[in-house]
Amino acid sequence: MLGLPALATPEEMQAAMARITGGANVRRGRVKLQLPPLVENGNSVEFSVIVDSPMTETDYVKAIHVFTEKNPQPYVINAYLGPRAGRARITTRTRLADSQTVHAVAELSDGSFWSDSVSVVVTLSACIGNLV
Amino acid sequence: MADAIVSVPASARPGEVVEIRALVRHPMETGFRHTQTGERIPRNIITQFECSYLGAEVFRATLHPSITANPMLVFALRATFSGRIEFRWSGDNGFSVTESATISVA
Repeated sequence: MLGLPALATPEEMQAAMARITGGANVRRGRVKLQLPPLVENGNSVEFSVIVDSPMTETDYVKAIHVFTEKNPQPYVINAYLGPRAGRARITTRTRLADSQTVHAVAELSDGSFWSDSVSVVVTLSACIGNLV
Repeated sequence: MADAIVSVPASARPGEVVEIRALVRHPMETGFRHTQTGERIPRNIITQFECSYLGAEVFRATLHPSITANPMLVFALRATFSGRIEFRWSGDNGFSVTESATISVA
């Protein structure tokens, strides 16, 4: 019998986040997740993550991770950068299966983790589990 | 559409941070969808993207099924010397595409 895929739950997302951070404390701030609060079409949602960092040899962003609460699995992207990037900013596009909160976590060169999150209302969900 | 399209400024000043855009043609089939007869459509996604400049890695990303078809990535790079910027996408079913561009720094 057909069925929609089980959506990731917020708990699974928290577990995925903990695997990335190794259980380290994640503080809010220094990270800006730019995502529209109302999305008409969940098949393609452009977002940016900007981290407040000088991006020097000694003080830079090592990685930016993005997670969703209710897509079939919680990971969106793991981006690895460094001082050669010059600027801690990434932009890409995600599918969103449902209205949910999207989280961005940045890992800094000093080992600290910082985050931001945005609640998004999705009018037309991405056809992740639909028939084709 | 070519398999990959990259946007790199032709020239930059030393130390200038420039924006790089990379787009590749790919369905990013999630592996969560089914056909009308109930068969699961196998996952077929790009899992890895890498960008190197003058032979050194600048940016790397692991992509997951949430990323849209024809994935677009925009990131930054600090221009230091004239040279090649190389892009590589790889993924399921042996998918591999490379592209390169040159930047003139003066």
